[in-house]
Amino acid sequence: MQISTRRNGKITIFDLSGDIDFANSPRVRDSVLREIRESLTPRVLVNLSQVRYIDSSGVASLVEGLKASRDLGLRFILFGLSTSAREVLQLSRLMKVFEVYENEEQAMAS
Amino acid sequence: MLALYSNPKWLSVVRGAVAPLSKTLGFPEMQCRSITRAVDEALTNIVRHSYGNRLDQPIAMYFRRAQRRHDGQVQQGLEILLCDRGPAVDPCKLQGRPLDEIRPGGLGLHFIRQAMDTVEFTRKGPTNRLRLVKYVAQGNSVL
Repeated sequence: MQISTRRNGKITIFDLSGDIDFANSPRVRDSVLREIRESLTPRVLVNLSQVRYIDSSGVASLVEGLKASRDLGLRFILFGLSTSAREVLQLSRLMKVFEVYENEEQAMAS
Repeated sequence: MLALYSNPKWLSVVRGAVAPLSKTLGFPEMQCRSITRAVDEALTNIVRHSYGNRLDQPIAMYFRRAQRRHDGQVQQGLEILLCDRGPAVDPCKLQGRPLDEIRPGGLGLHFIRQAMDTVEFTRKGPTNRLRLVKYVAQGNSVL
């Protein structure tokens, strides 16, 4: 699993790739929460297009990112959902809880 | 049979075995993913809850063909048995949380139940046994 962070003006973008499972989801959680709290950009985008697999602990990390963002008055946005990411969010009934966009352009323009 | 330790680094290895096994047995792509996810979540639960995140505890997995009569026809399937030697599990804690609660955690059991036709937990002597079965839709089986 790889996680990298970009900044585009007042937007923070996380690029996640590979498999997010119980072995590495704590790293995702810590990175996302730290960056949200330190950068305080009004919008936080998470790119899931290269996520091959994500388990319930990975979903939990995203929920924590959403909650932390809401607490700080920030928007937490997912885009480019891979097949695995879309399936687990649908199974969890979280598709309507998150702001979700097809791609980065749409998420940036939102 | 697959014997491993309760280190999460083995999760990806198991996924790498279950996904092609499911595909070879004739499950469609979507079910291959859901079976793989169910096994991954079940193993994660063992690591977290049965072994309290200790990395060196034994887990045994058994894979075998299953068969049932359904709608007057014999249906083939895959049975996966996961065994651990952690403390006895309270069956009341195997329900999962309501999905309308928006909070982290508690989703793994939903993923397991959604994916599998049979989810049975038993305790036999010092061993927790989780039996998962998924049957192949008629016409898809290559068993």
